[in-house]
Amino acid sequence: MRDVVYVRAQNLTQALGALRERTNPMLLAGGTNVVDYIRTGALVADTLIDISHLPLRDVRVDQRGLTMGALARMSDVASHGSVKKAFPVVSQALELSASAQLRNMATIGGNLMQRTRCAYFREAGFACNKRRPGSGCAAREGSNRFHAILGGSEHCVATHASDLAVALMALDALVHLESAGGRRQVPLREFYRLPGQTPQIETVLQTGEMLVNVTCTKVPGATRSHYLKIRGRASFEFALVSVAAVIDAPQGIITSARIAFGGVGTVPWRDTDAEKALVGCAIADADVLRNAAKSALRGAESLRENGFKVELGRRALVRAVRTAGGDQ
Amino acid sequence: MELTGHGPGVSTQTAVAVALEVNGKSVGLRVRPLTSLLDALREHLQLTGTKKGCDQGACGACTVLIDGRRVLSCLTLLLQCEGKKVTTIEGLVSADGQLHPMQAAFVRFDGFQCGYCTPGQIMSAVALLEEGHLTSDGEIREAMSGNLCRCGAYNGIVEAIKSVRDARDGSVSGAL
Repeated sequence: MRDVVYVRAQNLTQALGALRERTNPMLLAGGTNVVDYIRTGALVADTLIDISHLPLRDVRVDQRGLTMGALARMSDVASHGSVKKAFPVVSQALELSASAQLRNMATIGGNLMQRTRCAYFREAGFACNKRRPGSGCAAREGSNRFHAILGGSEHCVATHASDLAVALMALDALVHLESAGGRRQVPLREFYRLPGQTPQIETVLQTGEMLVNVTCTKVPGATRSHYLKIRGRASFEFALVSVAAVIDAPQGIITSARIAFGGVGTVPWRDTDAEKALVGCAIADADVLRNAAKSALRGAESLRENGFKVELGRRALVRAVRTAGGDQ
Repeated sequence: MELTGHGPGVSTQTAVAVALEVNGKSVGLRVRPLTSLLDALREHLQLTGTKKGCDQGACGACTVLIDGRRVLSCLTLLLQCEGKKVTTIEGLVSADGQLHPMQAAFVRFDGFQCGYCTPGQIMSAVALLEEGHLTSDGEIREAMSGNLCRCGAYNGIVEAIKSVRDARDGSVSGAL
């Protein structure tokens, strides 16, 4: 194992100071990704800054909406009574993630910052532009059943693995970033970067910045929002396709729709074409919804093994919308 | 060596002191910073009941409780356990040597074959009793999905968990 310096931050100021001063630092929170990556050598850091003791664990629902500290555990948010009531799409996305043990360890900030599960990214013997820029992409011509049909480039087609990010994308969440120089907030929709020519850069996070908080407001339909996850086995598996649906349909007619897909994009995929097509549709009319769903996933480009995701995604959308919209 | 953000930090080659509680006893250890809780338990404390299956968070064989919550010891650094209470399979037996009801139920309902995943299964099941997602077989299976059993003893495992649940829920005191 390559030598790494371990630093334990006692407070946020120390963490941000270390993040600015240290060379090639990496934050350590729940450890479910970072410990594995450091051990296997898939990722390299010179300094590991342990932030797991910092008091950024607050989970709160009030008039303004939902606030989640970056170090809140996935299980704490998933089982939070007010989150279940006001933002079911969030607790459902979390409960359908990983395993109970991992949810007890992994944090909200870490979940949003997790790296792809592309197998080529994790195996040092293969070309991967995320792990080693310029080395190529083994997935494009390789085993790519799990890879992206949207947002890819010739350099990378790895999907973003988080379920939570898909739910938060549909809720127009904001991520709050802090550095030694100050704070700023960024809409989650602008937080993740498409791979383009630089797939190793995944977010707009700057050097020295840390994700400290996530918020979202009570958008229409949030209390009935729904997360549908489709995967190769019933539990403890990443999504082949998932849909976060936030639907307002007061008289059975959709007046507003917020839709995001997981498992299909190189970033959590907000689908505004599908949203526009869904407005005005009757929840009870499956044919109308199926027709509207044809607008979803526009521009999809499939690889050899993942073409099924287009049809699967559209069907999943119809089911998720009917559940969220109140058709029993 | 200074560990905090203003100090130089500790190289992975340098041993540092950690104090925690394991199965009710205070323990002090000197380990390299990237030592996992799993390796510390097995290699430093000779508590080999906790098993190393995949060592990457996929199998659940290394499940232990930290402050009562089930976690994977392979992905937990010992340094992150400073001041915490760790419970392993060795800590379930009562002072007079009685098996924990979950251990006894695994024996009674054939909740294992080769036994390698069993300590992790039992620790997970003990935590599940407290978490309370136990109303149906489906719920139990979902809640136990982080513990793989390559012998396929799942039916016995579910039966064992249900028997402990029913014994607990039937008792007036609520004790196991």
